[in-house]
This record gives sequence, C-alpha cells and structure tokens, in this order.
Amino acid sequence: MIRMPIPLEDVVVNLLRLANTKLPDDVGWALEAAASWETNEIAYSQLGGIMDNMKKAEFTGRPMCQDTGIPVFYVSGKIDASIEEGIREGLKKATPLIPLRPNTVHPLTRKNSGDNLGDGMPIIHYRPTDGDFTEITVLPKGAGSENMTRLAMLNPADGADGIKKFIVSAVLEAGGRPCPPTIVGVGIGGTSDKCVEMAKEALLRPTDSVNENDEERELEDELFTILNSSGLGPMGLGGDTTVLRVHVKTGYCHTASLPVAVNLNCWAARRATVRIMKDGTAEYRQ
Amino acid sequence: MITLYSPMNEKDVRGLRIGQVVHIKGTVITGRDEMHMRALSSKKAPEELNNSTLFHCGPIMVSDNNEWKVIAAGPTTSARMNSMEAEMITRFKIRAVIGKGGMDDRTLKAMKDVGCVYLAAIGGAAVSLAEGLSEVKGVIWEDLGMAEAMWIFDASQFGPLVVAMDAHGNSIYKDVNAKVKRTMERIQS
Repeated sequence: MIRMPIPLEDVVVNLLRLANTKLPDDVGWALEAAASWETNEIAYSQLGGIMDNMKKAEFTGRPMCQDTGIPVFYVSGKIDASIEEGIREGLKKATPLIPLRPNTVHPLTRKNSGDNLGDGMPIIHYRPTDGDFTEITVLPKGAGSENMTRLAMLNPADGADGIKKFIVSAVLEAGGRPCPPTIVGVGIGGTSDKCVEMAKEALLRPTDSVNENDEERELEDELFTILNSSGLGPMGLGGDTTVLRVHVKTGYCHTASLPVAVNLNCWAARRATVRIMKDGTAEYRQ
Repeated sequence: MITLYSPMNEKDVRGLRIGQVVHIKGTVITGRDEMHMRALSSKKAPEELNNSTLFHCGPIMVSDNNEWKVIAAGPTTSARMNSMEAEMITRFKIRAVIGKGGMDDRTLKAMKDVGCVYLAAIGGAAVSLAEGLSEVKGVIWEDLGMAEAMWIFDASQFGPLVVAMDAHGNSIYKDVNAKVKRTMERIQS
C-alpha cells in the first residue's frame, strides 16, 4: 500500500468524520449485549432504534447525532507549537464539510461563532511523550451528557460509601437527560479540576477493556450492578439498561480532601484516534 | 402502529395513552431554549406556533442550491425548557411536544388542561429521525443560528415516538422515577 503524507488540517477532518459517523466497535458490542438481556419492551425497542441509527449513520456518512458536540482533543507523543493551529483549521474546515453543527457560542451574548471555534475552543490537552510520532484522540462531547457533570468535594470520612452514594445519585438524578444507556466516567482524587479531567479521560477507555487496578475494577463492577438494577432504562423510559459501563480513574489527593467527579457519555460514545508518522502519513483507529 | 396527522386536534390528542407508539405525518416545527424565549417575549409570534407539533431539536441543516436539506435531527433534552413550556402550551395550544428525557409537573398539568402530549423520540437517533422529516418548508428566526432557529418540516413518517406523558396527567417518567427512588433509598440506607 502506498501512503501519502497529508496536511494536518485534513488529518483532523478525517478524524472528526470517523468519530462522528462511526461508533467504536466496542460500544456497538456493549449495546448488543445490553439488548440481549433487556426484558422491558419499550427499552428493547429504544436499543433497536439506537443500533438501527448507528448503522444508517455509518452507511450514509452522516453524523449519528445532530449534537456533534464540543470536540475535546488529547494530543500525545511528539508535539510542536504548530499543532494547535492545525487542529483549529481542521475543525473549521470540517464544520461545513462533514457537516458538524456549529455549536460554540459566547457564554453571555450567546452569539454563535459559526465555525465551532471561539476563545478557549476547541479544548486541547497535551501530553508530550518520547517517540517520533504524534497521536491525536478526539472525544466529541454532546451537551446532553456534559450538562449532567457533577463534582463533589467530599470529606475523607465519607469514605467508599460516600463515594458510591454520590455517583449513584449523580447518574440516577440525571434521568433520561444524558441519553442513557450511558458510559459513566468517574474521577476520584486529585484537585477539583484534575478530578473532572480524570472523569472525562475515563470515557476514552474502550468498554471491553479490563481495568488492571483492583480497587477501581471492584468499584466499577459494583456500581454497574446497582445502576442497572435501578430501572431507569434507555432514555429514562424504564428498563434494565441504564449504563453500558462504569469507568473509574483515580489519582492521589490532599490528605484533607476527597474529590469525586462524574462525567457521563451518552450511548453515542464517540471517539477516534490518529497516529501521525514521522513521514507525514497517518493511521486511524477507534 | 398509530399515525397522527399534524396539526392535530384536541380530540386526537386526548385519545392517546402513555406507552403507545406513534408516527407523525404533517407539519413539525423545531424549537429549543432561544426559540422559546423569543416566542414568549414576542407581541406577535409566528402563526406556525398555533396548534403546533413542537420538536425539541437543533438539527444539522445544509443549504443546497438555496434549498434546505436536513442531515441529522434527533431530540434535545426537554428539561431545559421546563420553566417555559407550560406557558407555551397554554398560549399557543401546542398539541404535542417531542423531545427526550421528559418534562416537569407544571408541563404535565398544562398538557392536561390544554390537551397536549409529550412524545419521546430516541435520543441520538438523528439519521433515522431525519429520514422521516422529508421536506423543509421554511425557517423562522434564522438569526438564532442553526441549532436554535425555528425550522418547519413536512414529515412523511416521523418516528417512532413513545407517548411518555399524556393529556390525562399520566407520565412514564413519574412511574420510572418511583422505582428509581426505591433503589436510591436502598443505597442511602
């Protein structure tokens, strides 16, 4: 196979197109597994409608959801100063091309920039590592799920019990608003900002991956069972499928603190990654 | 399968019960936060609002040779409009609100008083739902932006939609919440 180097902005367009039109395989499998155990008739038809839409989006090349979200970018590997401009130009180009919905507005005037850019947009996290390639992962984040984000600065005495209660309340009080079945991203520890960042990063983990950390995995499994026995169901219309997975990420925190954050992802848990090689060629994966 | 012809009349709407699955044929308008705010503050609101089927949706639209086409159109979170919907239903005699996640008791009461239902669309099923909105009839308040403008569609077969709140004070969300609350209490104890 002959591969040609392509400009960064076009790599970003391709990355956004992949993320918005095709759901990662592991999310599709999680939805299928959910449908196989679902006993509620309405819930079953909601899951069927979701999978039907997923296939239509992939075949027609249209965004699976009209809320193409705020794209959150994670850049790692070899990073130079030009990457931000490349991402911005790529997003600007992708907006009419794919098309993406222009979503970014000034917070006070509510005026839409029309191109998904604006002060502070898009969100880019940098994590430089050794190596001669650059990796960009995008997480298009819709507002339905993002608006349900919760952060609690618990007391250390609240312990594991307090953590579980807070997470369960956050997911169940959100009801049908974040488009369940959701993937629940949980951050525990850090500072307040780091905690929310970890909760969002937890959403990047594939749903079929196994958490190697014993404490995190046990908490994930327990919360999964509690939440799916709640009866909330797909779209909050009742059923056995409230969450597809719970992903916990922890980090050390101050001895007087116990920060816990919940960041939900709708069933349309979109993500895509590209690795840009030294020679300018690119490899995409989900 | 039930097909509803929009604009609907009060009698059709009062005949619906929670749990039924329906499709819509006819006029569907979109409106979210900004459209609600403008409609309620307008002295002379557009006629299209009267007796409307109101879809909480900010679609992706493209203009092809000056002709609008819908690309993706799934429901947005209806609860954001909780503080405005009862007044919208009362003032404009809205017959059906389509969205996701359900609405509050004030809205449920207005639905009972006026004769209106809440229809739950599948959140995120934007390509499937857009297929049913076959024709774009126009756009009002385009200055609000693509997501917030009032788009007017002629639907051929829009759905499936679940009657989730009916005009008799029943709500699937209320029933589900009662069950969910028991789980919460079990965890809290």
